[in-house]
Amino acid sequence: MLRYTIRRLLQLLVVVLVLSLLLFAWLRSLPGGPVSALLGERATAETRERLTEELGLNEPIFVQYLKFVGRALTGDFGVSTGVQPGDSAAEIFVQRFPATLELSILAIVIALAVGIPLGYLAARRRGGILDNLSVVSSLIGVAVPVFFLAFLLKQVFAVDLGWFPTAGRQAGGIDATRVTGFFVLDGLLTQEWDAAWDALRHLILPAIALASIPFSVVFRITRASVLDVVDEDYVRTAESKGLTSPVIRRRHVMRNAMLPVVTTIGLQTGALLAGAVLTEKVFAFPGIGQALALGFERRDYPVLLLLILCAAGVFVLINLLVDLSYAVIDPRIRTRGVR
Amino acid sequence: MVHIRTVRLAALGISAALVMTACAESERGDDDGQSGGGQTGGTMTFATEGAPKLFDPFYATDGATFRTSQQIFEGLVEFKPGTADAEPGLAEKWESSEDGKTWTFNLRKGVKFHDGTDFNAEAVCFNFNRWYNQTGAGQSPAVTGYWQDNFGGFADGKTPSLYESCAATDESTVELKVTRSTSKLPDILGLPSWAMQSPEALQKYKADEVVAQGDSFVYPEYATEHPTGTGPFKFSKYDEANGTVELVRNEDYWGEPAKLDKLIFRAIPDETARKQALEAGDIDGYDLPGPADWEGLKSAGHQLLIRPAFNIFYLGIGQKNVAQLRDLKVRQAIAHAIDREALVKQQLPEGAEVAENFYPDTVTGWTDEVESYDYNPDKAKQLLTEAGAQNLTVNIYWPTEVTRPYMPSPRDLFGLIQGNLEAVGIKLTVVSKPWNGGYLEDVDSGKADLFLLGWNGDYNTPDNFVGNFFSDPNNRFGTGNSPWGATLSDEIKAADSEPDADKREQMYVELNKKLKSEYLPAVPISHSPPALVVTKDVSGLVASPLTDERFDTVSIASS
Repeated sequence: MLRYTIRRLLQLLVVVLVLSLLLFAWLRSLPGGPVSALLGERATAETRERLTEELGLNEPIFVQYLKFVGRALTGDFGVSTGVQPGDSAAEIFVQRFPATLELSILAIVIALAVGIPLGYLAARRRGGILDNLSVVSSLIGVAVPVFFLAFLLKQVFAVDLGWFPTAGRQAGGIDATRVTGFFVLDGLLTQEWDAAWDALRHLILPAIALASIPFSVVFRITRASVLDVVDEDYVRTAESKGLTSPVIRRRHVMRNAMLPVVTTIGLQTGALLAGAVLTEKVFAFPGIGQALALGFERRDYPVLLLLILCAAGVFVLINLLVDLSYAVIDPRIRTRGVR
Repeated sequence: MVHIRTVRLAALGISAALVMTACAESERGDDDGQSGGGQTGGTMTFATEGAPKLFDPFYATDGATFRTSQQIFEGLVEFKPGTADAEPGLAEKWESSEDGKTWTFNLRKGVKFHDGTDFNAEAVCFNFNRWYNQTGAGQSPAVTGYWQDNFGGFADGKTPSLYESCAATDESTVELKVTRSTSKLPDILGLPSWAMQSPEALQKYKADEVVAQGDSFVYPEYATEHPTGTGPFKFSKYDEANGTVELVRNEDYWGEPAKLDKLIFRAIPDETARKQALEAGDIDGYDLPGPADWEGLKSAGHQLLIRPAFNIFYLGIGQKNVAQLRDLKVRQAIAHAIDREALVKQQLPEGAEVAENFYPDTVTGWTDEVESYDYNPDKAKQLLTEAGAQNLTVNIYWPTEVTRPYMPSPRDLFGLIQGNLEAVGIKLTVVSKPWNGGYLEDVDSGKADLFLLGWNGDYNTPDNFVGNFFSDPNNRFGTGNSPWGATLSDEIKAADSEPDADKREQMYVELNKKLKSEYLPAVPISHSPPALVVTKDVSGLVASPLTDERFDTVSIASS
């Protein structure tokens, strides 16, 4: 198990290194660049040339890359030129990552809290009204673009009904203490209940919109797995042993049905990040997604590079955690060990 | 077993939470978030398209920084609300010597910076010398672009500078010497960049220690956390994670104190998101509503404040690559081909006007005695024939991923111009690129034959427009490729340096006539007014043509 984990972590390192090289070359091959973003209409050919030289952007790409790697090894990933000019890319990541993580966690929680019970019930009442309704709603969840759903939720529940705020992570007037960067958690830890509640209200609509991506998959896979598992011999054996329904459901049906669901959650990380870019744009939510969108618009190389690398790293890590969690869920894997 | 494990986990979680709670204490003060004082103006939240880059206006080039700094700082000269005309600020009055090279400023007395130190002549000279003595990264065009555009070089003398010296002749009198007479003074001193900052705070928080790091710049503590001016609002905090800047009323302000207790600027980059935030009551106003939303916002009961147009949108003509474009008749044909009236009526918001000069009619030297180039496709075809350019083929650039106050919808504006030009037989190779993704780069390097661009005025002098466009013959228009390029450059410099105001105005009138009838390096198309919107509860906000509204006169009714 330990060797397996180490091997996977080494793989992660290789992924990040190769990706950094590809990204570095790709970003610099895009037309335009930070010079235009920094100087705007005021630029002249002369100031443009001077700034290009000052920023070292006139050097060959491999020289720029080696310099970047050299700096990155000392923890310096560069300074933002467009998203939050003057702030280090690492600082921007640290500041914005909790926002996206908070949003993604709530989205996953919503997807699981709704998707798993609904999937189970739909399977147990296969062909019934609930089943049909749930299948249709999951299809809608897959079919409707997250951007549109976010916009719709915002228009109805924030703009028209005024139940939720329309934008941001917290109302401007709230005097909140920052501890971890997770605003809800910060509010709870510091007992600033109004700040926690306000941050949660800001999270709900974007999280629901974002949850539509994993919800459909979680629901459909739970339903399919439960349908498979309930016909297994061991479930019938348990029933014939006279075990109660809740025990059978918990120990035999759900536990076995959960394996593919957990795998799915890992695979959904990428889709969640992609969805976060769109959701954060609609709700002006200052997370990684918004920074990526702004970064592309303003050609902010250091921020784009670090955020994409981190996103890739998080994706690989989560999938590693998912693999490791199999051992917890499935005793067969635990006893057999992992090669 | 499972239950025991669950209980253990829960206990562990609760313990961790308790430990963290013990470590995390609220940093809130005893008050309820409202600042004290006699005024009870409440809090206003205004949404902007971007967050400030920093808070030291000297190093800034972005509108979001200037918007914030305008509330915290003041300059020797200010702009009269609602206009671009200079009026006394921290200087009560000023006069210039006959040769225009010495300016004497009489300062307002009894003014203090937010840190309690005195504003006086020494402080003024400290600021001027700070700007002039920048070194290293402080000389990068990305850091001190405004200084270099307006004052030129630095103390090291590598590039000539307009600034010569500053002397405090007494506690409240400053003598400013410049190396040549310029039309820019005194208006230029109203720019937010030249606001007065506390010398003590500048030194204490190492304001000049801007450094190049990797491929960008890192700004010192002063610029990010301790801006210290004399203005009606004081910097309170910047919550970067939430994109909000909070300012509080300066209770010791020398003039009429601000009505609001607190002013919050909130960055909401997406225009639709700003509009929805206003509709939901999350904010009290926002900047740059899209022209398509103007009517809807008004009918919803909000106040749309249209700024007087202080910009220019033009079709640039690059003379570098296509020899035919160096022929005046061809450029005149292009001007006659464009239906500017239709463009203004169909594509631009209420208050937009057809441009006849390269700057708005509120600026000195504007004249209606210029060649107008009415929409006349037949005349355009005739001129092309006379020039032997019936088969004129050029590229035309238009930008994506951008809106500018002078160019609210580049795609629509381009569509109309493209139709006009093709209708007179000009063959176009269309190039569209993202604003920061190659557009400006290509235009500045002379790749574009025709291009859509413009300018938002900084202050009320002709040089701020025509000087920026055409004074360098190696500009994006490639005027140096025509024999008159250098002459035009000299004429602009001569007008700018003329100390006699009447003579100077006449020189600009003549220059504007020649720019249209003899040179025509671009076709001026329109002046388009940007707007801002506030709820019906907001009063006292005066829209500025320079987009530098001050919020100290603003009050908000509790609804």
